[in-house]
Amino acid sequence: MNFLTTEGLPRNDLEEILDLADEFTQVLSRPIPRVPALQGKLVANLFFESSTRTRLSFERAARALSADVMSFSASGSSLSKGESLKDTVLTIEAMGVDLMVVRHRATGAPWRIAGWTRCQIINAGDGAHQHPTQAMLDALTLRRRFGDLDGLRVAIVGDIRHSRVARSNVFALTTLGARVVLVAPRTLQPVDCEGWPVETTDDLDAVVGAVDAAYLLRIQTERGGASVFPSLPEYVSRYGMTRDRFARLPADAVVLHPGPMNRGVEIDDVVAGHPRALILDQVTNGVAVRMAILFRLLGGR
Amino acid sequence: MSGIVLTGGGVLTPRGEVRADVLIEGGRVAAVGPHLEGTGARAGRQVIDVSGLVVGPGFVDLHVHLREPGHEWKEDITSGSQAAAAGGFTAVVAMPNTDPPTDSGHLARYISDRGRQAGLVTVIPAGCVTMGMQGLRLSHLDDLFDAGVRIFTDDGVTVADSGLLRRAMEYLQSRGGVIAQHAEDSGLGRGGHMHEGRVSSLLGMGGIPAEAETVIVARDLAVAEMTGAAYHVQHISCAGTLELIEAARRRGVNVTAEVTPHHLWFSEEQVLSMDPVAKMYPPLRTPADIEALRDGLREGVIDAVATDHAPHAAHEKDVPFEEAPKGVTGLETAFSAVRTVLDPDPRLLFERMSVTPATIASLDGHGNWIEPGIPANLVVVDWHERWTPEVFLSKSANCLFAGVPLAGRVRFTILDGRLTHDSARLDMPALSQGPGGLR
Repeated sequence: MNFLTTEGLPRNDLEEILDLADEFTQVLSRPIPRVPALQGKLVANLFFESSTRTRLSFERAARALSADVMSFSASGSSLSKGESLKDTVLTIEAMGVDLMVVRHRATGAPWRIAGWTRCQIINAGDGAHQHPTQAMLDALTLRRRFGDLDGLRVAIVGDIRHSRVARSNVFALTTLGARVVLVAPRTLQPVDCEGWPVETTDDLDAVVGAVDAAYLLRIQTERGGASVFPSLPEYVSRYGMTRDRFARLPADAVVLHPGPMNRGVEIDDVVAGHPRALILDQVTNGVAVRMAILFRLLGGR
Repeated sequence: MSGIVLTGGGVLTPRGEVRADVLIEGGRVAAVGPHLEGTGARAGRQVIDVSGLVVGPGFVDLHVHLREPGHEWKEDITSGSQAAAAGGFTAVVAMPNTDPPTDSGHLARYISDRGRQAGLVTVIPAGCVTMGMQGLRLSHLDDLFDAGVRIFTDDGVTVADSGLLRRAMEYLQSRGGVIAQHAEDSGLGRGGHMHEGRVSSLLGMGGIPAEAETVIVARDLAVAEMTGAAYHVQHISCAGTLELIEAARRRGVNVTAEVTPHHLWFSEEQVLSMDPVAKMYPPLRTPADIEALRDGLREGVIDAVATDHAPHAAHEKDVPFEEAPKGVTGLETAFSAVRTVLDPDPRLLFERMSVTPATIASLDGHGNWIEPGIPANLVVVDWHERWTPEVFLSKSANCLFAGVPLAGRVRFTILDGRLTHDSARLDMPALSQGPGGLR
């Protein structure tokens, strides 16, 4: 069994993961936050694209379940010596790995790897396609805050077109009952959202007064050369979660961000530190959700 | 060997399909008529019973990548010729994106010489429009023409500079060369790996919109009209291009077009598997485009089927989609794929796969309806045999039709009066090894 995408996952499965994550949240608050559930299992973190938070979060989750962990990042690896992805993966599998956590900049890489090995695979982000554990930790964060996602109004704001976080959240959150609106200029919206269970708009101010959660995506400032919008200040003025816009959110609405943040771009510095910005809760919940997913795949249920 | 007699087949003659025997002698069709079997037996000719089969002009492929020189681990002229013969082809036009690219006469002669040595299919080199396919200055157009090149293209990349394109068209117009374009606007297609649309949006993959093709074709048609040159659109992928071609023809522009079997069959949905075998440029597009391409081929808006046979080694395709090289093979499955997907009248299929492409490539000896006196470049097909391609004579197997049940199969191919393919032998692997195995 693998965990590759949120698209098509039944509500039941998503809720079981969240329920299990709630239990692991209890484990993580104990004086010795560790259970022997995955003792003797070997998890390999294969990060072919650089990442700090996701890799550390998976390491923390695996160790809290008493699994052994090996981590790999692309820089300084055999890939730089010309070894193919397939040979790299088969080499690591041959060391006795049970499960691989894979991040790769190419869409579908975790599916390709799943076809090459007998290991179980967790997708930790492929291209702009899917990042399903991120969506699960976001769902957990919202559920713990609001009790239930049914009817919850969520705006996902920013570079939807190039965001695996957005794609995973669209399917996870709507399956769990939330209503999702995608907010972005045309150049950052997907070209064709036919079949997506969402609404789309390019006008953040039109929806900001009527959402329970504003999910701000990282603007990849390094993409500036691709001219997806005229300038950062122009983006901030129309799509940034400024103090002014934050004040116009409903009184109990929350702000999420997958990190790493560009303070002063997609999110104002003060907003990022506000109690209704749940950004660090997301990080904490990420460990519990990843424990739940690792346990479901490796726990011998 | 002193000739072949094909007995009892449905023979595609200039007057339509006729049940007749075909006597082949001295590399030519010597006679077409009833009861020629006796002449064969007496003279020690090889008599092949082709009753129930269709005898037609050998297929002509305007667009193949034989990878030699430079990329012989993917394919070479010998293995590509074997694949071509197995697909019923008697002539193929080899694209110039080799290493070095075919931008001068001696390179073109090398390719046709290697084709003659392999002896299984007539290999006609295409020549580059620009030196090294760099898009900066014209290649040795006259030198290439004198070496037998009639089709000029920088296939794989578009000749982007309109002024350079105009000069190439003007230069070749007087000699009778054809400019063939891989039409893809680099700005609209930038960062793309597949058709831009519903599936690319779902996968978060960079897309190449259909308009990347149509904006180039629209420009090229204007320049072709301006210069009076013969212009050929390679591997049409979308409905919009068909509309442009129809409108240009009405104005008298000398334009021809080809479509691949895979664009007639598969849509963008194929990429949902994220298997790089579905990666090629132009990309697989929408079901509506497929319908338009099928209609266009039936009605003659599209003149020819061409395979864009583009072999890649297994390890090169065994990577994530975005990192894979583009291209699929198609020589060995083209006839069966077109026969299955279009279910055309045999005459229509042979027009699109033999007669018209031979005309576009100025190949007198190929694409002739069967009658006494023509060079014996023929194919014999079973219109109804059902089979599933699984193994290939090409060095590469990146074929979208692998494992797909098809109707219609090439049984025999004859080049210059010699048998170059016999599907019965193909089923006995030991006999199909090496280019001499069938001679």
